[in-house]
Amino acid sequence: MPAATYAGTEVAVNDEGFFTDPAQWSEEMAPQIARQEGIAELTDRHWQVIKFMRQEYEAKGTGPTVRVLGKTSGVTVKELYQLFPKGPAKTAAKIAGIPKPRGCI
Amino acid sequence: MVLGGGTGGTLVANRLRRLLDAWSTEIVVVDGDDAHLYQPGLLFVPFGLARPESLTRPRGDQLRQGVSFRRAAVDRVDLEADQVWLSDGTSLAYDVLVVATGARLVPEETEGLTGPGWMEKVFTFYSLDGAVALRSALSRFTGGRLVVGVVDMPIKCPVAPLEFCFLADWYFRRREIRDRVELTFVTPLDGAFTKATCNRELSGLLEEKGVNLVTEFNTGEVDGQGGRLTSFDGREVPFDLAVMIPLHGGQAYIDRSPGLGDALGFVPTDERTLQSKAKPNVFVIGDAADIPASKAGSVAHFEGDIVARNIARYLVGEPLDAAFDGHTNCFIESGFGKALLIDFNYDTEPVTGRFPGRIGLPLLRQSRLNHLGKLAFAWLYWHVLLPGREIPAVPAEMPTAGKRLQPADDATSPPGKRGAR
Repeated sequence: MPAATYAGTEVAVNDEGFFTDPAQWSEEMAPQIARQEGIAELTDRHWQVIKFMRQEYEAKGTGPTVRVLGKTSGVTVKELYQLFPKGPAKTAAKIAGIPKPRGCI
Repeated sequence: MVLGGGTGGTLVANRLRRLLDAWSTEIVVVDGDDAHLYQPGLLFVPFGLARPESLTRPRGDQLRQGVSFRRAAVDRVDLEADQVWLSDGTSLAYDVLVVATGARLVPEETEGLTGPGWMEKVFTFYSLDGAVALRSALSRFTGGRLVVGVVDMPIKCPVAPLEFCFLADWYFRRREIRDRVELTFVTPLDGAFTKATCNRELSGLLEEKGVNLVTEFNTGEVDGQGGRLTSFDGREVPFDLAVMIPLHGGQAYIDRSPGLGDALGFVPTDERTLQSKAKPNVFVIGDAADIPASKAGSVAHFEGDIVARNIARYLVGEPLDAAFDGHTNCFIESGFGKALLIDFNYDTEPVTGRFPGRIGLPLLRQSRLNHLGKLAFAWLYWHVLLPGREIPAVPAEMPTAGKRLQPADDATSPPGKRGAR
């Protein structure tokens, strides 16, 4: 199992860099993961999405898709892409320390 | 009370009628219209391979004696009162409710999709009107860029957009203008299909047929007049004719029923028992459920047996059977009278081999037999599936007898050599 070190703590991640144990995540780790994903600074809007991702994961066991985020997070899909240009659901899940959203089949 | 007289609603009502005592249980199916549409036929309409008028039959005629049909639109469900409110202001009480109202197309949720150019240069074959309009547009099409685009998942029958590409290749070859048509398939997924093992086979087929593949494209805007899809991350795909698969959601009454649906209007459902998470006396079958299975008629068929049995158990206070394994079975029409067949469930990826046993239809490989299977399915649909009977040798639980359950090795061997034992 690969590992990564954020904010001085070693955490377990999968091949794509998603946390395998969301309990290992702490807020201090987020800025470093974000920089790795090409986001230089996390604004309040970013944090709104990251916190929402954690809440949704805790409630439902999986992170929301972009479309659900756009309907429920208070941030439109357009803005989500401005905040997380490389794909909001995946990038925000990675920064929020939750597994990759399952999406749909 | 069964809401929805489509595939799932009809077959579960018929199964329940056989299972439950006619003196003590009344079964009613409620639907807003009386046209039961054979949805698998829509794919063939634009290519002149199916007559639109042959695809619909009256809903009531598909129900067994002892099941009543109530033609009425649903306004909302009151979960607390166990009541359904109809749009004419009357209400119906139920002991057990089955949500079988499927998925709804919501093209208006995508910017520009239903704007200028809709039904002129931009079409969908996911509705009967759309498929018919597309048929005349295709017959007038003499060359240019044809784009087939999936806006976002989930969609009904996730293989249908690919089948459309394969059939479009066949159609333009038959008209001898294939060299003047550029075919492009645009998807929000990172490959041609949702399942990795099929991806290789299906991407190979796209390549073989000269269909361009654009992945991870989340369509943000459709410009019908300008002929352009724009993704949320600013990429563009130009077109002369676009065939779009619009966003899907649950029915609008679900949004008006507090506690019933999720953000998209699908009903949170236990993926094994098919009981809703909203309330114990509410069950869900087919596309209306939020379970991680394909939105496809075969899924509704395999669910039917389990939903009916679990309702019977619920009515006598027995524990439910967590029996649904996510079984899905799809014929994939690949053009030139051939088709592939895939069969999978929650835990098993589509693999090669034969279905349903060692002597059977070839899996994940093009064959004429599978095409004939797909054609025969229309008859089975009306005469076996809807009446709630079992298809001989095809159980609700995914069969493994003819399968080669080591997909990784198999899928890397070259096409054509597979299954040739």
